[in-house]
Amino acid sequence: MELVILTFFPLVGVLILVLLAPQQKNAMRYVALITSLLTFGLSLWVLSKFNPAGGINMAIELPWLRLANVPVEFYLGIDGISILMVLLTTFLIPIAILSSWNAIQEQVKGFLIFFLILETGMLGVFLALDLVLFYVFWELTLIPMYFLIGIWGGERRIYASIKFVLFTMSGSLLMLLAILFLGINAGSFSQPTLMANRQLFAGAEMLLFIAFAAAFAIKVPIFPLHTWLPDAHVEAPTSGSIVLAALMLKMGAYGFLRFNLALFPEASVRAAPVMAILAIIGILYGASVAFMQKDVKKLVAYSSVAHLGFVMLGIFALNQEGVAGGILQMVNHGISTGALFLMVGMIYERTHTREFSKFGGLWKVIPVYSGLMIVVTLSSAGLPGLNGFVGEFSILIGAFGSKVLGSPWFAGVATTGVVLAAVYLLKMIEKMFLGPVTNEANLSLKDLSARELATIIPLVVVIFWIGIYPQPFFNLINPAVEQLLQLVQSAAMVLH
Amino acid sequence: MSQMSDLLTILPVLIVVTWALLLLVVDLWIPKQKKGLTALLAVIGLAVALGASLATSGSTTLAFNQMVVSDGFSDFLHILFLGSGMAAIALSYDYLKRMQIERGEYYVLLLFSIAGMMLMAQAYNLIMVFLALELLSIPIYVLSGFASGRSISEESALKYFLMGAFASGFILYGTAMIFGASGHIDFPGIAATLHAGQVNPVLFVIGAALLLVGFGFKVAAAPFHMWTPDVYHGAPSSISAFMSVAVKAAGFASLLRVFMVLFPGLADQMTPILWGIAALTMVMGNLVALMQTNLKRLLAYSSIAHAGYILMAFVSYGNKQFGSESISAALFYLLAYGLASFGAWAIVVAMEKDYGEGLFLEDLSGLGKRYPWLGTAMLIFMLSFAGIPLTMGFWGKFYLFRTTIQAGFLSLALIGILTSLISVYYYLRVVVFMFMKPGEKELQVNPWVGLVIAVTAIAVIAMALYPGVFVAWANQAVMLLQ
Repeated sequence: MELVILTFFPLVGVLILVLLAPQQKNAMRYVALITSLLTFGLSLWVLSKFNPAGGINMAIELPWLRLANVPVEFYLGIDGISILMVLLTTFLIPIAILSSWNAIQEQVKGFLIFFLILETGMLGVFLALDLVLFYVFWELTLIPMYFLIGIWGGERRIYASIKFVLFTMSGSLLMLLAILFLGINAGSFSQPTLMANRQLFAGAEMLLFIAFAAAFAIKVPIFPLHTWLPDAHVEAPTSGSIVLAALMLKMGAYGFLRFNLALFPEASVRAAPVMAILAIIGILYGASVAFMQKDVKKLVAYSSVAHLGFVMLGIFALNQEGVAGGILQMVNHGISTGALFLMVGMIYERTHTREFSKFGGLWKVIPVYSGLMIVVTLSSAGLPGLNGFVGEFSILIGAFGSKVLGSPWFAGVATTGVVLAAVYLLKMIEKMFLGPVTNEANLSLKDLSARELATIIPLVVVIFWIGIYPQPFFNLINPAVEQLLQLVQSAAMVLH
Repeated sequence: MSQMSDLLTILPVLIVVTWALLLLVVDLWIPKQKKGLTALLAVIGLAVALGASLATSGSTTLAFNQMVVSDGFSDFLHILFLGSGMAAIALSYDYLKRMQIERGEYYVLLLFSIAGMMLMAQAYNLIMVFLALELLSIPIYVLSGFASGRSISEESALKYFLMGAFASGFILYGTAMIFGASGHIDFPGIAATLHAGQVNPVLFVIGAALLLVGFGFKVAAAPFHMWTPDVYHGAPSSISAFMSVAVKAAGFASLLRVFMVLFPGLADQMTPILWGIAALTMVMGNLVALMQTNLKRLLAYSSIAHAGYILMAFVSYGNKQFGSESISAALFYLLAYGLASFGAWAIVVAMEKDYGEGLFLEDLSGLGKRYPWLGTAMLIFMLSFAGIPLTMGFWGKFYLFRTTIQAGFLSLALIGILTSLISVYYYLRVVVFMFMKPGEKELQVNPWVGLVIAVTAIAVIAMALYPGVFVAWANQAVMLLQ
């Protein structure tokens, strides 16, 4: 029941918002903010009841629909893989809402309604254990994001929003076919039941793996399916970019863990080298393209491609360090890239530009902004002592020692990605903050307001927390990963 | 000599026909400014018939020497037809007045057409099928040309009439062939002779194919769909709405019944043909819809595409195990499609300023901002058409694809999936115009039109929250099989 309350709580805010008059913009913002903060509180309540070693916690299973004797269930549950994603979601949504406080002035009501529906959709994605229910939530996140980009986005918003929807749908419709196929052949849509009856669809494992992977790879995104991402991220309003990069990309990586690895372990083992190669191409490609960008937001967008490459490499290392590191890196990327988009949005609100050539020497004008931005950038670059390092390090160790990948070269090549990340991110710091003030208009910039500090400080705190003492996070993740990997390892034994 | 029980079997049809005849007379005394009264009386007639239909439902009976049947299948469709009729009248009342084509016959013709559809769902004899088809079609020919004097309406009526006459010819010729091949015209007789292997197979297959062509025309399946966009575009919007739901459903009713009862033995020959028609219809409808700039034509092509989806489930009709499953899936989809379709056409009715004017996609600009509730409703309809959760359209597609995959037609399901993806683009184009482009368009939302929009939008979402009830209902709509 806890999970049902948590998932649908944002809709309470939606109901209140619907009743407010269009002029009451501030009241609406407060309603949305308080709703999302309460949702965060609820997720902490769930965390307090959570037992990492207990497998699926707080499961709730209700009959929903029967089609030819195959039940579709309303089945929610939380385990070590999903708990961090849930916390990340509820943690970032209030920040995103707060960041939109002044930026969004048009149709505030619709904006906030879509935001809260999006939160419910994402929580549902991370909690659903029935495949059909998962699909419903998966698609439910699509429409609000489509509107967030399409109505409140930049100049090419319509193109970007349609591209986003079509890319996502093309993958998810293939997944729907696979879900139906599973339901028909195994007589159930429930993920745990399917896990226990894998022999019923073993013959088609590879095809099913590909169909699910198509949906998730587009979302992650894995090279070469990433082309929607720069458009969507750049055109989306700041708060939309935060959610898109920090949370929605994680839905893809999470999908790989929850469904591809758990349901098709043999196919996962066989596909691991290919996936790892694609991940590494993504790391190098994303980093190189990011380096060439003249626009800060585009740079951050392409850096996401690179960072998610690390996550995928960790997951398909298929060992404890790799997968646990991958999950932690999902959180890290959410925090760091969320913070980056947030801070890029702040400077854009002040200058209405995001081009490097218009900045320079900002350190002298707005030291607080610059200092925080440098911390956030360094965390994204993986500086030891900050969060990015812990995740990347764990992933690289995993990839290095991975039996499934079978070669230390994967880790070796990926490590150059860490160097490249440092190159383009340091270039960003240099061009924006160091040297003399090149643009006189920037001399009158104001430093961060209290509201802006309230959005960024929590993120910086988490950046340091994970960087210095990541153990509590690993404690949440590890038991679930161990369980998952037992399955994969027995599949690997069969194959080798 | 017909008995009381015979009459009881066709009671709802009888009520509609009698009511229509009486209304024709009563209408003479209703003054020209008060034609709303005729509309109201027509709705009452449909409501009475609906009550009778619900009261007599649940049993399976044959009547009039096995000429007509009443079973779960016809019960389900009766409710669909009567509901469509009420929705169509709600859309018509204000619309006819605005277009200055308000006349009492309109409602009477609509009632006759509905009676034809209801009979179509009950027909158990090829002659009855043909009679019902004509009873439903002829009023629609007139209604599509109801805006006489406007060339697009007249063109629409003439096109529909000529093509419809051809289709009727095909069905009649097919009937003759089957009679020639089997010596029977009644369903049980034909099925029995076919089962005993006493038919001339060549004639019989030709007859079946001719029937398929005729029905394909009625449901607007490719390659017999050419009339649809022109007719839907030219006809009064309220009639286009009615055609896109009820006439299509009636065509499917007959197609499903004839094929399930008479031709299960021909599955080997028919399945590849149906496969091709279904695939072609989905591809054609969705691809051509991409290029439409007029909302009415876009909805027309989308209705073609949806016929393709329904046919997809029907491809496996000959399979003993899943045959009834495919009927439920088709009926459930018709329900989902019908709700969204009436809602979308209601928006068209509200947008139409002068006859056939102001219906380009650009005319939708700014509607979402100006009328947030209407915009949301249209969004719901488009999402339902596209099959995105959480709408009835999603469950409809879910059920259809499930049935198709279960019957082993994975490649057809794949075509369906790909074409759905295409459809997302043009349905979202409607949304783009409504919510993402500026505009100052005003709508004429009569309370009745508003009611249709509200009811359908809420139903599309609310029914999708707990679809099990409606799936179970569609599952009960079983057909009397031989």
